[in-house]
Amino acid sequence: MLIEVLINGLLAGVMYSSVALGFVLIYKASGVFNFAQGAMVLFAALTYVTLVEKGIWSGFAIVIVLIVMVICACLIERLMLRPLANRDPLVLFMATLGLSFVIEGVAQLAMGTDVHILELGIEDGIIEVDGMFLSTFDLFATAMAGVLLVVLSFMFNTTRIGISLRAVADDVVAAQSIGIQLPRIWRIVWSVAGFVALAAGLLWGARQGVQFALTLSALKALPVLIIGGFSSIPGAIIAGLLVGAAENLADFYASRFINGTVSTWFAYVLALVFLFFRPTGLFGERDIVRV
Amino acid sequence: MSRSLVEPILQLRDVSLSFKGIRALSNVSFDVARGEIRALIGPNGAGKSSLLNVINRIYRADKGEVIFDGVRFKGVGARGAARLGISRTFQHNALFQRLSVLDNILAGLARKARTTFIENAFRIGRDREERRRFAARAEELIAFLGLEGYVDQRVSTLPYGVQKRVDLARALGPEPKLLLLDEPMAGMNTGEKQQMARFVSDVNERFGTTIVLIEHDIGIVMDLAERIVVLDYGRTIADGPPQEVRSNPDVIAAYLGVDNEQDPGHAD
Repeated sequence: MLIEVLINGLLAGVMYSSVALGFVLIYKASGVFNFAQGAMVLFAALTYVTLVEKGIWSGFAIVIVLIVMVICACLIERLMLRPLANRDPLVLFMATLGLSFVIEGVAQLAMGTDVHILELGIEDGIIEVDGMFLSTFDLFATAMAGVLLVVLSFMFNTTRIGISLRAVADDVVAAQSIGIQLPRIWRIVWSVAGFVALAAGLLWGARQGVQFALTLSALKALPVLIIGGFSSIPGAIIAGLLVGAAENLADFYASRFINGTVSTWFAYVLALVFLFFRPTGLFGERDIVRV
Repeated sequence: MSRSLVEPILQLRDVSLSFKGIRALSNVSFDVARGEIRALIGPNGAGKSSLLNVINRIYRADKGEVIFDGVRFKGVGARGAARLGISRTFQHNALFQRLSVLDNILAGLARKARTTFIENAFRIGRDREERRRFAARAEELIAFLGLEGYVDQRVSTLPYGVQKRVDLARALGPEPKLLLLDEPMAGMNTGEKQQMARFVSDVNERFGTTIVLIEHDIGIVMDLAERIVVLDYGRTIADGPPQEVRSNPDVIAAYLGVDNEQDPGHAD
């Protein structure tokens, strides 16, 4: 029973990981907490659903959304990041906060505020594994997160772009003076973060329907990031699982004493404990001080 | 690339720079000949590092001209300067501390890259050839600077003297025409300094790289440099071959006066 609660929690945590990943990418490359990641999740999912509802084949719709995300990344780089380059991270954070509302507003202006149902063609059924009941959808989400983890780690660790990316994350001024093109790196990272947002949007959208509340997935990612460390890709995945499991276990035990759930806020308490004892998170690097 | 060999590779004319009203450089002019080792000396705060920053465009001069290899720097930024063939090392190591030695050197090669992101991500097209070429270049530099034992180590774990060598390797990667070295021997002991000085003159002789060098150790500067510019309070107070600079009364007063001329020490 306990194992089942744990495993179901872990699987549910994959959803958190999928959102947190997008944050980590942008934090790694530009040292900024991109508050707009949640809005990007909504935007990607909403665009996808709208296209599918117009009768476009889902595979083709995904390609279109990916292209749209690249265009968004280029616009964000040109209109927001470049003019603010080398400014205080707090300035950039405020800018992403504004960006979040702009993306949300534009998305709803163009595509409406209705709640859409998103069908991925994956049945959210229950299968029995070794006496435990698991959700097939959660298993699918886990596989997807696994693929993302492998692809992103590969990109960061072995390609030339990955090296440039890590170089930018480490020291912006030095990176520029050895000839790394900062705008190009930003465009690439924001595009990849857009792809991750689509993946997260599809998973969350299929679960909860595509609606405004998807933006709030950003807030759910926050404790995950604090626990995993802002700059670690595996950290985002593992912390997501951890948060999912902890929430499920907390609910399970709390239900014996109280009538209600604690999972809505339990992750934040956990994050607070981490801030006390391990402020850089499980896999975080030392604080990055930027000039 | 048929520029005349007589024409200096770098010319500075009346360069001035100030920060919030404080003059860092005033009307500095000098030139650097193709293939020479040019030293830049002066007491702390004289504006030496600022001058290097003006040359590789981390700072923009308020006034004056910088002409590199026939190109007048106007709208050129730090990345543009790098693309034109200027590399530099930093006084306070600006290596990528969390990357390995090899990755630092490879990052330095980024500006030589011709492949697109797509080629890179999927390992298609020219990616394979470029990967091989970069690996070979990195290997060459590692051998040249004796870094074989440190290839996969994180830079932050290495001794300071080794980090300085990594910094030099990273700067040399893209075969710069002009190499700016900001105190490459700071914080080193005598043996390490001599080793680094040998690397610097080897780079100059073997690759024909023009070098502008800031260094406090006068003895080493006198040995290495063909010509020396002396800065004090942001002004040029002397410019010429070591012997001439050494006997310049202004220089003795401003800089060498601190130490005895015969006893090359460091001003700190």
